[in-house]
Amino acid sequence: MKRKLPLIITFCVGIIIIISEFIPHKPFGQISGELEIWFLIISGFAILLGQLSLLKVNFLKIKFKQKNWPFFVVTLVSFAIMVTVGIFWGTESNHGILGNGEGVASLIGSKPFDYLFNNVYQHLSATMFSLLAFFIASAAYRAFIARTVESNLLLIAAVLVMLGNTSLGSFLTGWLPQSLSFLHLPNIAEFIMKYPNTAGQRAIMIGAGLGLIGSSLRIILGIERSYLGGE
Amino acid sequence: MKKSIFLFFLFSCFFLYSQVGQYIDLDVVDTPNDDGSSLQINWQVSDCDSGNVVLARLADNGEKHVLVKTNNLKRRYEDGTDVQPGVDYTYILSLYGANGEMIEEAAFTATSKAQWFNTNKIALLIWVIILTVGIVYFIFSAKSGKELYIRKISGLESMDESVGRATEMGRPILFVPGILDLDDMQTIAGLTILGQLALKAAEYDAELIVPVCRSMVLSTAKEIVKEAFLKAGRPDAYKPDSVFYLTDDQFGFVAGVDGIIVRDKPAANFFLGAFYAESLILAETGFASGAIQTAGTAMPSQLPFFVAACDYTLIGEELYAASAYLSKEPHQLGSLKGQDLGKAIFVIVLTIGIILEISGISFLKNFLTLH
Amino acid sequence: MAINKNIDRRWIFLLIFFCVALPLIFIVGLPIETTENARLVHDLVQNTPSGSTVIISFDYDPGSKPELHPMAKAVVKNCFQRDIKIMVTALWPMGVQMAADIFSQLEPEFPDKAYGIDYVNMGYKAGGMVTIQAMGKNFREVFPSDVNGTPIKELPILNGVENYNNISFVCSFSAGDPGIKQWVQIVHDTYGKPVTGGVTGVSAPGILPYVNEQKQLNGLLAGLKGAAEYEFLVKSPGTATAGMDAQSLAHLLIIIFIAIGNINYWRNKKNAANAGGE
Repeated sequence: MKRKLPLIITFCVGIIIIISEFIPHKPFGQISGELEIWFLIISGFAILLGQLSLLKVNFLKIKFKQKNWPFFVVTLVSFAIMVTVGIFWGTESNHGILGNGEGVASLIGSKPFDYLFNNVYQHLSATMFSLLAFFIASAAYRAFIARTVESNLLLIAAVLVMLGNTSLGSFLTGWLPQSLSFLHLPNIAEFIMKYPNTAGQRAIMIGAGLGLIGSSLRIILGIERSYLGGE
Repeated sequence: MKKSIFLFFLFSCFFLYSQVGQYIDLDVVDTPNDDGSSLQINWQVSDCDSGNVVLARLADNGEKHVLVKTNNLKRRYEDGTDVQPGVDYTYILSLYGANGEMIEEAAFTATSKAQWFNTNKIALLIWVIILTVGIVYFIFSAKSGKELYIRKISGLESMDESVGRATEMGRPILFVPGILDLDDMQTIAGLTILGQLALKAAEYDAELIVPVCRSMVLSTAKEIVKEAFLKAGRPDAYKPDSVFYLTDDQFGFVAGVDGIIVRDKPAANFFLGAFYAESLILAETGFASGAIQTAGTAMPSQLPFFVAACDYTLIGEELYAASAYLSKEPHQLGSLKGQDLGKAIFVIVLTIGIILEISGISFLKNFLTLH
Repeated sequence: MAINKNIDRRWIFLLIFFCVALPLIFIVGLPIETTENARLVHDLVQNTPSGSTVIISFDYDPGSKPELHPMAKAVVKNCFQRDIKIMVTALWPMGVQMAADIFSQLEPEFPDKAYGIDYVNMGYKAGGMVTIQAMGKNFREVFPSDVNGTPIKELPILNGVENYNNISFVCSFSAGDPGIKQWVQIVHDTYGKPVTGGVTGVSAPGILPYVNEQKQLNGLLAGLKGAAEYEFLVKSPGTATAGMDAQSLAHLLIIIFIAIGNINYWRNKKNAANAGGE
């Protein structure tokens, strides 16, 4: 029964969702929306589990003084600070239990939560994203080696797109007359992105779409059960 | 007398429910293919260059509830506020001149209706039926014992090698099931592979680390790993804290996983699920740590990064096929055969579509367009 | 960690840092050429009648701010210039702050634009595709009030705006899911309204297939280049235009690295062949 009940629920919900796609009449039209709301509610409760897991794992690592344990102290302290300032003084549009924290806000310019969000979190997040610039450079260095005909084509296309996607492309070919505008690097880059690239992307998307349908059917029909924790 | 009363009644009806006035042409129709929760009001004012119109709905108590005031003399408006199927709704359109004087007023009563089938989705239904029948047919024919060939997927073949290497080196295996929640099939596909990987890790006695980005994924991943250790006959080796939550935040999660890669130096990294901009950051950090890396996603824009930085990459459908491939169960493999049939049909329809479009016939394109 | 015998990857990182940082300080001013995808977005805004209402969805967070913020600002500015009313939504929680930041930046330039009349911030709504679908029926049920809690009835901008039929187009600045793809699938594919927007350079190849003959997407601003093109089209150079110099030099450096990588590869191959021959 431990296995059968989830399989029955999966089957029923899967079939209902598929049917509701084609029947706008009540109750079918609303069902998928309702089920999404249920999912959001369950997710809300699950967030608590996530936070507990975070606290437990980090706390144990500190308790047993595992390797690099000071990092986990930083995690817990950051977590505690954000939660505390959020609860006490609220956020930009919400009150905290101690009110709006006007005193602190007049000192630092905004509520503590918003201050930390704008001045710490945003910059840390942008920094992580910016790492891509460095990693793309090192990955490109390794990836674009002209070993075969295919890799030659890839290399040429990459260079054209890279040049075309910058002002450098306009700088290098901008002097060409309008009648030769198809040779402008930005236009060549756009052509590569629009046609060969889009064709490849679509092929992958169609294949992935079919794979998605196949996987969904396997799950709905109860053939694929490993997501429930094995056979 | 009777005749005059009848004529008066007819006149009143015409006045009350007139849709064509001297200037105003008003029409209210049920919105097609919906659940009866809206009505479409179309109006056109002719012989009048400028002016303002006010559209109102008559409430039960006779009050006018203004819906829109505009100077647009030809327009369609969809009223979806508290419209119930089967109930009469009266709309009044008032035309005002440039000085604010009322020129004309027209009324129309209509009822909305819920439809039992969305005719815009016939093409989609046909596709669903063809693909479902195809896949289900092959699933059952595979069950009857037909031998099915499946090509080698190196990314999945390497799983033993990765686990073996981690065991030899005494280092952990890192598994990341993407950054989306359980409502994304890529996450589920990743988790099905996690089950097989956890089984192998339990058999080889290798340490497994599974950081997750969503709380719902945490519960499922924990259950999967626990069951796998149980299945391998090593429930004692299962560490509940090996599967843990980091954060819902995309780049916070990347920072956390990168930290694990740099500090713990896993011997094998698996990135299987839905990834966005973080794909290259994870894969490059993993590459720098010297780990053997397997990635898989159905996100076309992230695949090039994984291909460049990982040893093995599962491309799109290969990720979804992984569970069937690893389990080697005939009915699971049958579904893959069904997918191939779908692909063949797609190629045929695409070719026919291209030929028809070149010939200037747009029937197929129009039929398949979702509207 | 060396990526081969010759170059330590930290040298690459250091050079990239200088190539990105220096042009931001010393602006070179390389020319910008517009592409069709950017022009399509611009044309859509230009051809929208004044007084129309549009939805601009901020579906990104600080992580992608450097790329998406400049293009969002340029589009909002263009809408203001054309007297187009803006209804702001956010499918990402941080999108609300992103939108607020742009409107506060534009406030000195457009002091006559009033909140609630010319623009409104409806705030964040969870649910992604479900939310977009529900908005198709009635905005008021999804957003009964704006981000400040003001009821929708008290916002003049939303008078008569009930659903997608009452708006001219949707523009989504998107860093992932939920984002522009979901807007296309519902607003264009189901309701037939134009959808446009911008994405990060990394995710552009995945979204470009939607810019097709059916105009599922009406143009696309891809990454910083797209933002710079839009700034050029509206003749209002901003941070994206300044950033293009940095991006250009960084791309040039990457091309040089690729060339070095190939030279190394061929040299090693030749050495191996010579060693084999001896």
